[in-house]
Amino acid sequence: MTDAVTGKAPDTGSYLGEKHGPRAWLLSFDHKRIAWLYLLALTAFFFIGGAMAVMMRLELATAEGDLVSDDTYNRLFSIHGIIMIWFFLVPSIPATLGNFLLPLMIGARDLALPRLNLASWYVFMGGSLFTLFAVLMGGVDTGWTFYTPYSSIYSNSYVSAAAFGVFIVGFSSIMTGINFIVTIHRLRATGLTWFRLPIFVWTMYATALVMVLATPVLAASLILIVAERVLGLGVFDPALGGDPLLFQHLFWFYSHPAVYIMILPGMGVVSEILPCFSRQPLFGYKAVALSSMAIAVFGFLVWGHHMFVSGQSAYAGILFSLFSFLVAVPSAIKVFSWSLTLRRGSIRFPTPMLYALTFLFLFTFGGLAGLFLAALVVDVHLHDTYFVVAHFHYIMVGGMVTAFMGGLHFWWPKITGRMYPEFWGRIAAIATFVGFNFTFFPQYILGYLGMPRRYHSYPEEFSFWHVMSSAGAIILAVSYLMPLVYLGLSLVRGRPAPADPWEATGLEWRTSSPPPQENFDETPTVTGPAYDYINPEPEAQDKGAQHEHGQPERSP
Amino acid sequence: MNEGIRIFPDSASTFAPQVDLLFFTLVAFAGALGLFLTGLVIVYAARYRRNAPAARHRARGRSLPFEIAWTSATTIVAAIIFAWGAALFLRDERIPSDALVVNGIAKQWMWKFRHPGGQREINALHVPRGEPVVVRLGSQDVIHSMFVPAFRVKQDVVPGRSTELWFEATKTGKFRLFCAEYCGTEHSKMTGWITVMEPEDYADWLDRQAQAPSMAEEGEALFRALGCSGCHGASSEIRAPELAGIFSRPVATETGTVTADATYIRDSILQPDKHVAAGYRAVMPSFDGLVSEAELQALVAYIRSLSLDEEVPQ
Repeated sequence: MTDAVTGKAPDTGSYLGEKHGPRAWLLSFDHKRIAWLYLLALTAFFFIGGAMAVMMRLELATAEGDLVSDDTYNRLFSIHGIIMIWFFLVPSIPATLGNFLLPLMIGARDLALPRLNLASWYVFMGGSLFTLFAVLMGGVDTGWTFYTPYSSIYSNSYVSAAAFGVFIVGFSSIMTGINFIVTIHRLRATGLTWFRLPIFVWTMYATALVMVLATPVLAASLILIVAERVLGLGVFDPALGGDPLLFQHLFWFYSHPAVYIMILPGMGVVSEILPCFSRQPLFGYKAVALSSMAIAVFGFLVWGHHMFVSGQSAYAGILFSLFSFLVAVPSAIKVFSWSLTLRRGSIRFPTPMLYALTFLFLFTFGGLAGLFLAALVVDVHLHDTYFVVAHFHYIMVGGMVTAFMGGLHFWWPKITGRMYPEFWGRIAAIATFVGFNFTFFPQYILGYLGMPRRYHSYPEEFSFWHVMSSAGAIILAVSYLMPLVYLGLSLVRGRPAPADPWEATGLEWRTSSPPPQENFDETPTVTGPAYDYINPEPEAQDKGAQHEHGQPERSP
Repeated sequence: MNEGIRIFPDSASTFAPQVDLLFFTLVAFAGALGLFLTGLVIVYAARYRRNAPAARHRARGRSLPFEIAWTSATTIVAAIIFAWGAALFLRDERIPSDALVVNGIAKQWMWKFRHPGGQREINALHVPRGEPVVVRLGSQDVIHSMFVPAFRVKQDVVPGRSTELWFEATKTGKFRLFCAEYCGTEHSKMTGWITVMEPEDYADWLDRQAQAPSMAEEGEALFRALGCSGCHGASSEIRAPELAGIFSRPVATETGTVTADATYIRDSILQPDKHVAAGYRAVMPSFDGLVSEAELQALVAYIRSLSLDEEVPQ
């Protein structure tokens, strides 16, 4: 079944070798090169945001506020959130892996709108650098949530500039979203029907829909903040006749669906990795595909669960709680399906698989914590405590970042034409698992004890768990720095990768590694379902065959 | 205060055991399901690792009975947890009408409380054990949030509106008060202590504080100074609604019936046109900008006192 096209040396006839020099990269319409532009920018933002997290954890290693001042601490967590949410997590998988793989997975030569794709990167860079400039000028201290009237009237930091930068970056999201939707509708290869699409493509589709529909509301609310700050327009400040809760409604109307923008692509990556290394079709393919769409739709109906104690009506709270529990159902369907995909497989554990299993574990425990927060009376106690911090880091970091790392290793041979060092990859994946749990599990306990979030100093009685969390953060930081080093080195030293190093079935593996500029020498056609993995017969493998008592070839 | 490793917060209100029961039921459920799934994956990973001798007939990649079973099981469990959390939430929404009313003002970065007798406290609040206490909250600047972990209560304090938080303490002692909504530079210093005392100790404590006019007396003085009594007084020439006896009762307005609670009175002072009592003309001017958040609370306390002579509706 494996393709015969193998082992071309990289750089000959590949998209990497076409043209050199900054112009050839910065003005390229090739989705593969644009993916690299995004990857470099997002990596930089990830480590800037991560450095701020490390500084926060160092400050919190002691109960007193002694390392940095309170104003500095407030800027640290605000910028950490702004960078990580808007300049890393929202674009992370779609703009890098999605950009690179979406056309390859559906057998297309490029995205439908290549110029829009390049434009989206420039818009992204313009907006994000503008915000970064605001940060260097003195920072912003409103938290990533920009709650009014603090942000619109009281804060004397560079709120307008930061919000304006995020506003601009929103257009880049919309451009990417439109591009993906058009591409998936129009450019699928012959025979590639909707229910033959890889789940990764389904999640890109769901993500793109949410990006296009929700981002404009964020844009509106950020512009209203700037209007109130700069023009004195009374929108949110009660002293000017505005309503501060209006902002929270507008903000979460975007930002809750945005949470799904930030996790659906990770679900897509894991849905590719698990079947490949289990040699099994994805369990319950249709249910997994449709649950992504269900999450995207229900995600729009739950924003008020961020506002149970804000003073909104108790009956509104009850409806939002009900919808929040409903959105748990499609997530649970996915978790069960991923787990059962392993059943009766023939499982290998290279680095991407370790990351995928880490995702499965952390996403499950992060998701289960969500049940606590959706239960009204429990949320009254846990809201705005470290329990919430732990919950969303389990999903966003334990889930999305882990999936991103898994996907990066999985498709690294395809993207670069080089293999990464397997030994170091596994060490990094295991270090991520250990470091992550040490960092964030104690935060669940802190939250239940009543430790509020966004505190620069805290009472002594919380010390034990904070110290443990800070120690874990160091391990976690190392586990993220390791791939930076060995993946970087593998670009020059890595063993050349064959076309399909994992014996995977997707269309992207049917072309050389790295792919030619036109993606495929021959336009592929599709005749079967996705994940058409065949469980290798144990006899056919090697020693131990004589001990085999199974009957792998019994007809289905 | 340093007690080493803590796992459980203090439990010192009537809410705390209810919330904890649901919390620990969820811990048990989440733990069981999470560990089951983890165990399942570990067993599969070990049993079906490549080259392991295990039966592997070609799997079909789906099983409709399984999928229907877990989808409906998840939905049912979700519905149960939802109903439990929502039922408690609704029950706790109802504030006992005989609750002791304390007024609280949040501002960057302190809590100011006033007892009904006018006694003031900053970043500290003394309350009696075994009696419902309602804290009527207003903010002078940004959004804050009053959070007492030992009571399992939290309520945002939103500028431009009046919110309420109530509890009934069950244990004497000192419990932490936090601001839970980020409010600027010294957010993490906006903390204090709730001291729960036996009711007779609380009465003694109130007597020992510096005597000030009670909230209602202060409100009455304001009521005259601002000229409210000119129209709302019994012998007034201009026809304005009588305020005695209206507190917590339904009021007919042009647009429907509303309850004359603290929020209604507050709104009627600041935006008199919002709910005009039926049968009256909208002639009252707005007092927006003329009265502070603390003065509004005093006015509300006075108008409430006009209804206390009669029986408070249950």
